[in-house]
Amino acid sequence: MKFSIYRYNPQTDAKPYMRDYVLGNNHGAVMLLDALLLLKVQDDSLSFRRSCREGVCGSDAMNINGRNGLACITPLHTLAEPVVLRPLPGMPVIRDLVVDLSQFYRQYREVKPWLINHDPEPEIERLQTPEERAHLDGLYECILCACCSTACPSFWWNPDRFLGPAALLQSWRFLADSRDQATGQRLDDLEDPYRLFRCHTIMNCTDICPKGLNPSRAIGNIRQMLLKRSL
Amino acid sequence: MNIARRRFDCLVIGAGGGGLRAALQLAQAEAHVAVVSKVFPTRSHTVAAQGGMNAALGNVLPDNWLWHMYDTVKGGDYLGDQDAIEYMCQAAPRLVIELEHYGVPFTRLPSGRIYQRKFGGQSQNFGGEQAARTCAAADRTGHAILHALYQQNIRARTHFFDEYFAVDLLRDQDGYVLGALVLEIETGELLIIEARTTLIATGGAGRIYRTGTNALINTGDGMAMALRTGIPLEDMEFIQFHPTGIAGFGMLITEGARGEGGYLVNADGERFMERYAPHAKDLASRDVVSRAIAIELREGRGCGPRKDHVLLKLDHLPADIIKNRLPGIRETAMRFAHVDPVEKPIPVSPSLHYMMGGIPTNRFGQVVVPEHHGPEEPVPGLYAAGECACVSIHGANRLGGNSLLDIVVFGRAAGEHMVQYLSENPYHRPLDAESVDRVMQRLARWDRKGEGESVDALGDELRRTMEEYCGVFRTQEVLDEGVHKIVAIGQRLSDVRLKDHSRVFNTARIEALELENLVDVATATVVSAAARTESRGAHSREDYPQRDDLKWLRHSLFYRAGRRMDYKPVRMKPLTVDSFPPKQRVY
Repeated sequence: MKFSIYRYNPQTDAKPYMRDYVLGNNHGAVMLLDALLLLKVQDDSLSFRRSCREGVCGSDAMNINGRNGLACITPLHTLAEPVVLRPLPGMPVIRDLVVDLSQFYRQYREVKPWLINHDPEPEIERLQTPEERAHLDGLYECILCACCSTACPSFWWNPDRFLGPAALLQSWRFLADSRDQATGQRLDDLEDPYRLFRCHTIMNCTDICPKGLNPSRAIGNIRQMLLKRSL
Repeated sequence: MNIARRRFDCLVIGAGGGGLRAALQLAQAEAHVAVVSKVFPTRSHTVAAQGGMNAALGNVLPDNWLWHMYDTVKGGDYLGDQDAIEYMCQAAPRLVIELEHYGVPFTRLPSGRIYQRKFGGQSQNFGGEQAARTCAAADRTGHAILHALYQQNIRARTHFFDEYFAVDLLRDQDGYVLGALVLEIETGELLIIEARTTLIATGGAGRIYRTGTNALINTGDGMAMALRTGIPLEDMEFIQFHPTGIAGFGMLITEGARGEGGYLVNADGERFMERYAPHAKDLASRDVVSRAIAIELREGRGCGPRKDHVLLKLDHLPADIIKNRLPGIRETAMRFAHVDPVEKPIPVSPSLHYMMGGIPTNRFGQVVVPEHHGPEEPVPGLYAAGECACVSIHGANRLGGNSLLDIVVFGRAAGEHMVQYLSENPYHRPLDAESVDRVMQRLARWDRKGEGESVDALGDELRRTMEEYCGVFRTQEVLDEGVHKIVAIGQRLSDVRLKDHSRVFNTARIEALELENLVDVATATVVSAAARTESRGAHSREDYPQRDDLKWLRHSLFYRAGRRMDYKPVRMKPLTVDSFPPKQRVY
């Protein structure tokens, strides 16, 4: 099986280049991550992040044949050869397939991704009906892999001002939580020409989310909430 | 060499649930805390925990923390320390509620309270009817808890060193732990983090085996660090195999699948657990179910062309139960086994899952060793919590749902005790140059060039050897051979060479350091297993099939120097209630 992989080591390479790799037959690899681990045996300088190898930790996001995804849950048999692997687009490359996600994490922190509730803490859990809890399905499962934000043209153009789909999904996760009391403050923070409204509903985020989540709909829901508030 | 230094009150190594819960406790007490993690915190292995967290809330069926305590003592085959178990089971309800207040999106009952599911080894009334004690956020409870704890830490402005690899602890001549030497993965630069008190919360070492449920990062870094500073590891022979890993891959299928009504069948379509555990059936303790599956396979009743797995049947359950309460394992089963559990059973086999043993601690999270006065003298400044620690609440076999509880209870307890330690030790002690030099020498060794074995080849041999010589069923002959082979692998470490000597994000160097850790932990495991001549919990000796309380109701301690074994008594006396004396263990 043939691979073409983006390589760049700032210490030794003047500029990035694509390097070809071949994996012999009967390699036994099922998922792309298995193949990458075998290629790393051939060439220990090939660098990428990985951990859970089952799609729950979000470490091994990369651009696979032009599409962002997680290597560990991408079956090799679905990929056309040569398999072209590049780092997530639009992010500074640290080395090979490893990108600098500082900005992505900063945007996550900016939406205050924690439950805000000013009432005295009850001695039992804060009650929530199954219906209220159902609003969090499709939101809390985000693994912060950054596939969505780095596939978003609006994010590429305004990475410093547009929060991007992942952070906005998290913002909606707390706006949608019946236990959260900071709705007004959260909406105030988003009412800005860039932070939320740079989304042009291109929907790349929803299209590529490896967990099947829908940031585009979350952004739509926030817009609606803002609209309702202004009426 | 001039190494940069940073000073904090506290250093937390590891950003899984245990480390983050401790860090939160410290940050709330306004201690200056640094969290070092080799991965971004939400990528820690806590994220993969599925089924839930035990607490006797009694939201679904009647419950009581004392019943939880009994189940935990029995589940651990009486090797658990009963003071710590009492503390944990009493604290559980309060700490689950606290997590809910932190925002964890628990699944809810119609009453609005937290949903609790049935899990293995749980009973009402000391061995009576099945209990429902496991608080769940669908089957992504670990993810939900880890993310909420991280979020709370951002709110508390905890200082994170993301993608820094802790190389070794720094300890002075008087035995005080003064922080750690860490390596910034992105730049390859070293950093000394000085701290008055340090917590190890680095998780388990499932990667000493080839397949299992564990993430690739589970390389026992903290356990090995402790060993290298002269601290022993406790009860390392007790390794849990989870009954239901996806056959051929090892990915976890939560015990919650059986808690929701699933059951196991062999090639004859027989629900074989009825033979092994007539009362609890598929919800017996994990060691019992894993052994039952292993026997079925060995006796030729496995499924598939190689008769190497059994089937986990869920297809008789209503589809919406599977879709709503088990969405994560459904996704994993479809992805890796190409089976939708709504329609077809999942092929499963026992999969390496958890280490009951670890760095010896007391119920305050203090690392304790036999030194001058008795078997449990605190190492000044050093704490451990979570899978890397051995309190011991899990004894010889952990109950499902008790590990998320463990990290929260003892992460918090350690944090609290560290605050006290800070008030008693207001100043940083001078850094010990010698201990820095020792670490530097170890690191420099990886800069040697030339031909040699590869990290991967030696690591692969280690993992295969552990699988073959230290598996579910054990005998003296095989274990002794295993010790011999693992020691030989350890000796070959010095011949291993890296090809890549660059600095920036050099994952090959990290994997080499991880391999050193794996070798130390594997040695501890196989040597401890060869020494214990009885069967207890997960340690199953074919040549010594009985539990031997007279001789072996005691904890093992393995020391790296000379691969020496020592032992200490089990703490049988709880804090306030009567002791649960050892009884025959049936499910």
